[in-house]
Amino acid sequence: MVAFLMNRLGPQIICFVFGLVLFAVYFSAHPVARQINTTVLVDYWQIIFAFTLIIGVISFVNLSVHDIKRGHNRFYRFISLFGLVIMPVFAVIWGIKGDSPFMWMFDNVQVPMQSTVFSLLAFFVASASYRGFRARSLPATVLLVAALLTLISRSSLEGALPSFIAGTADWVRGNPSMAARRAILIGIGLGSLTTSLRVLLGIERTWLGGEK
Amino acid sequence: MDWGTLVAGVLTLAILSFLYRDNPVYKMAESLLIGVSIGYFLVITWSNTVMDLLIVPLTRNGRWSLVVPLLLGLMMFGRFHRKTSVLSRIPIAVLIGSGAGVAIPAMLEARTLKQVSATVSPLFTSSGLPDISIIVVLLGVLTTLSYFYFSREHKGVLGTSAVVGTYFLMIFFGTTFGYTVMSRMSTFIGRVEFLLSDFLHVTQ
Repeated sequence: MVAFLMNRLGPQIICFVFGLVLFAVYFSAHPVARQINTTVLVDYWQIIFAFTLIIGVISFVNLSVHDIKRGHNRFYRFISLFGLVIMPVFAVIWGIKGDSPFMWMFDNVQVPMQSTVFSLLAFFVASASYRGFRARSLPATVLLVAALLTLISRSSLEGALPSFIAGTADWVRGNPSMAARRAILIGIGLGSLTTSLRVLLGIERTWLGGEK
Repeated sequence: MDWGTLVAGVLTLAILSFLYRDNPVYKMAESLLIGVSIGYFLVITWSNTVMDLLIVPLTRNGRWSLVVPLLLGLMMFGRFHRKTSVLSRIPIAVLIGSGAGVAIPAMLEARTLKQVSATVSPLFTSSGLPDISIIVVLLGVLTTLSYFYFSREHKGVLGTSAVVGTYFLMIFFGTTFGYTVMSRMSTFIGRVEFLLSDFLHVTQ
């Protein structure tokens, strides 16, 4: 009984109560309701998320140490751990102000590599589209034309092409494309609504995990 | 050339070396990026959240109500042991319950009602002529929604509507793809500009 209470019923009751309270305070402008909203959404959420991040870091360190012990990707794991350790060490010794070594690492190591990884995807997207974009059917042709229209209208070629291309691309983006986007957003809204209701009412319990 | 530019240039080239093939230099840079990113977020979270929102208000300002999220956060550590792992369900229940409670009205308002209200506009202009753009948007929203309606077989009017919705979806996917490619290309051009001007001094 106690195990069931701790494993299933307790978390479900907490989930329901917090959901009901947050749902109710959304419609109220009363200072107490606003305070509850801020307390839960700012304090509770951010603090619990901070702890989950720390758990993630501990898990990453455990995994890396485990791999190092087994000799699996040892060198790369050492480098990851080095990066992970050096940032807090710099922060503790010199702080995190604009001209600190911590920010130097951020500006000259993290940011350039992150944006380069991001830009690498341009090649893979182009390569995938070269293979996948074949005008085999009418819907595929429509997709191809819409993509090309957007690419041409947003590239430096625009000045060399007739002006109606940019106008057409803007119209396509602002009307038929936006209509489909709007329908998808309506679907997402309705889907979120039903999933949230299922969670609060205890119909959806997958977040409790598979254990009994 | 300063050390920062040198390091940034070498690491940029190391990441770009992946275009040739997966290689040890790329793997090394990738591992460093993973470690540095985790370290950065750890420090920022510790500074902005744990210190500013929890430890300082709790110890200096005496906000004892923060003991509750502190305990909830500590319960998450129960995951590391089988016997205490059930404790972590309580903070997860708080997050999921409050998230679901907020999502019901917020998503309904922002995602559904606002989108519906933006779609419902006058179909005719002030001069009495039909507004083609508004009609296209209304048609697009209705037909795309019908494509995602799976409670009835797509036959007859619903089938035709779903087919028309497919074309609107294809236009949306095409434009989204185009913008994605353009954003990645502009980032790539930025990196190449950095390499050619700041790092190699080939261009000004």
